[in-house]
Amino acid sequence: MKDQIIIRTVSRILIPFIQLFALYVIAHGDLSPGGGFQGGVIIGSSIILYVIVFGIEEGRRRMPEKINDVLNSTGVLIYAGVGVLCLVSGGAYLQYSKLPLGSEHTASHLGIYGIEIGVAITVSAVMMTIFFETAGKNDD
Amino acid sequence: MIELFFGKYHYWIYIALMMIGFYAMIAKENLIKKIIGMNIFQTAVFLFYISAGKVRGGTAPILWEKAVLYDNPLPHTLMLTGIVVSVSTTAVAFAIVIKIYREYGTIEEDKILGLAEGERFREENPAPPVP
Amino acid sequence: MNLEAHLPILAIIIPLISAFVIPLFGRINKACAWYIAISAISLSFIISVSLLNSVLADGTVSYRLGGWEPPWGIEYVVDYLSGFVMVIVSAIAVVMTLYAKKSVEKEIDESRISAFYAIYMLFFTGLMGMTITGDIFNLYVFIEITALSGYALSAAGKKREALIATYNYLILGTIAATFILIGIGYLYIVTGTLNMADLKMRLPGLYGSTSVMTAFAFITVGLSLKLALFPFHIWLPNVYTHAPSVVSSLMAATGTKVALYVLLRMMFTVFTVDFYLKAVPATTIFLILGILAIISGSIIAISQTNIKRMLAYSSVGQIGYMVLGVGLANPLALTGSLIHILNHALMKGTLFMAAGAVFYMTGAENISDLRGMGRKMPFTMAAFTIGSLSMIGFPLTVGFVSKWYLAMGAIKSGMWWLVPVILLSSLLTAVYLLRVIETIYFSETGKETTPEDAPAGMVIPILILASLCLVFGIFTFMPVGVASRAVTLLLGVQ
Repeated sequence: MKDQIIIRTVSRILIPFIQLFALYVIAHGDLSPGGGFQGGVIIGSSIILYVIVFGIEEGRRRMPEKINDVLNSTGVLIYAGVGVLCLVSGGAYLQYSKLPLGSEHTASHLGIYGIEIGVAITVSAVMMTIFFETAGKNDD
Repeated sequence: MIELFFGKYHYWIYIALMMIGFYAMIAKENLIKKIIGMNIFQTAVFLFYISAGKVRGGTAPILWEKAVLYDNPLPHTLMLTGIVVSVSTTAVAFAIVIKIYREYGTIEEDKILGLAEGERFREENPAPPVP
Repeated sequence: MNLEAHLPILAIIIPLISAFVIPLFGRINKACAWYIAISAISLSFIISVSLLNSVLADGTVSYRLGGWEPPWGIEYVVDYLSGFVMVIVSAIAVVMTLYAKKSVEKEIDESRISAFYAIYMLFFTGLMGMTITGDIFNLYVFIEITALSGYALSAAGKKREALIATYNYLILGTIAATFILIGIGYLYIVTGTLNMADLKMRLPGLYGSTSVMTAFAFITVGLSLKLALFPFHIWLPNVYTHAPSVVSSLMAATGTKVALYVLLRMMFTVFTVDFYLKAVPATTIFLILGILAIISGSIIAISQTNIKRMLAYSSVGQIGYMVLGVGLANPLALTGSLIHILNHALMKGTLFMAAGAVFYMTGAENISDLRGMGRKMPFTMAAFTIGSLSMIGFPLTVGFVSKWYLAMGAIKSGMWWLVPVILLSSLLTAVYLLRVIETIYFSETGKETTPEDAPAGMVIPILILASLCLVFGIFTFMPVGVASRAVTLLLGVQ
């Protein structure tokens, strides 16, 4: 679709705004509809839009396979890591109020943000992986 | 009788959707249509949970100064998990269908079963050696 | 940080974290995937054993996730039954993972081995989570984790029939899991809580309501599909036949057992014993389906020519035994069911691993290709023989103990006619297994065969499980002790 000038121009303008909206959805997960999974899917679909418009090689240049594979696991490790940090700080697993980050209320809030960010990273990376795998090579 | 039908219309809607999805999963022969049926089936269950969580006179479960009564937020969180499970199952199902297409060349179930039966028949009754 | 108090969550988190560390390290060095897997599963096994020890010493262990009080928070509960099943699942997984090192190298593409081990660890995490959780929605999440990893694992091999089998399994498994979700929804609407202990307190007042009966019906049908109980067993033979050997062995030994554990947990802890015995005719249904499963599984197994398909139909029959125990619902029969969980895991694990070892060495899948294997692969075939004798129910092997308890339970319930049924099925099992043993040892191939057994990494796990069949058959007090305490807890009597 690279030669359709309307689609190319509009998507080039809109994709950063889509990603910004996704970050807004992630950050406001506990106050409005949204959260980690929804924001991650929106980021993933922004990259999928880019690949649909500009082609797979261009998309792979922007998101190399190595970084994609590392990001797949990083999000879950952040989630589990926050839980283990809570274990080490003396509470039960995922008891955010015991994290050493200020008052109990602040620590709870920041703990939830931490896991939402982890979820968003993994979900967006997995959406991209699924798309690249199914749209990619025709052999194997 | 009227009460049974109009008072609980959300249950009737969810049952209708569930049966449509279930029929599609069982009776349709195209593999992709079965996956679509699976999605409809699971969406009906999400409707079930969320409609059961509605409180008469309650607003959406988001903090708001002017609100007096909120809906139950627990079914919403449970169904978030359910939607993630549904998306993952659809993704795995599509991956398997793509591989089946690459191996067998078709995604109609009766043709695939015919090919597989032919293979099994040939495997269990190998052709006699040509003299 | 007091490590002792956090053991329940560590048993789940260590395999989960390793499942996501394996792809990261697999990029650097392909061989280290197996090492990470075996160390995580061994740690999980050690944690399960120590949890069972503390349960036997002090009583039920409970752990609150996030520090929230139940019933608002998720609670992990380890009592006699969960501890028993956790130790079985993690022990079998350790042995299977030792076996997997060589077997996976042959059956899975080399570029996918680290991904295979990652999903393998997720499958194991799901199984452990299903046994330890005390919250029904968390149970549904772990059921889905196990199911999705199972689908990916069984389609991982190189055979193309595996793909159709997996697709079939996926559709049926999703129907099952969604039915369980609907049942959970009805329970939540009626009581307002998701915690199992809290449901146990609130349900008795509501036994007459149709919502509770609908919930019971949906959950039972969903779990029977996962359990491969008689009319719902259609996915099982195809999946076990065409999946990679490690996957069939692990799923046959642990997958359906954990589903049986969930059934027991839901029947006896959530819907308490009174509901199960009096309000719905569930005992009759389980009795009938159990008997049909035992007879039909054994009869269909006789006519099979593929080794793994025969073992799969035999599994359908053995699941019938366990459900028969649940249907009789008296302490002796339930003890028999619980011990059969351990026994079937040991016996079927041995048999499937032996079949996988034969496939590894010769690529053979049919029984007729096993001619003279007794001389070619002596250790593997010795283990196969011990496993077969145990399945038939020879005294001194582990299979005899569970059939004895089931028969005692049947007599105690006044159903004398079940004892000939159990004996008949043992006879049918003998028919199809002794036929294989005859082909292995007593048929001539007409050419000289040198003993060339499977590599040590595969033979040692098979011999471990086969010897455990004999050990637990002779020293029966260990499993029977734990199982009878679990039954006392479940039934709440004496």
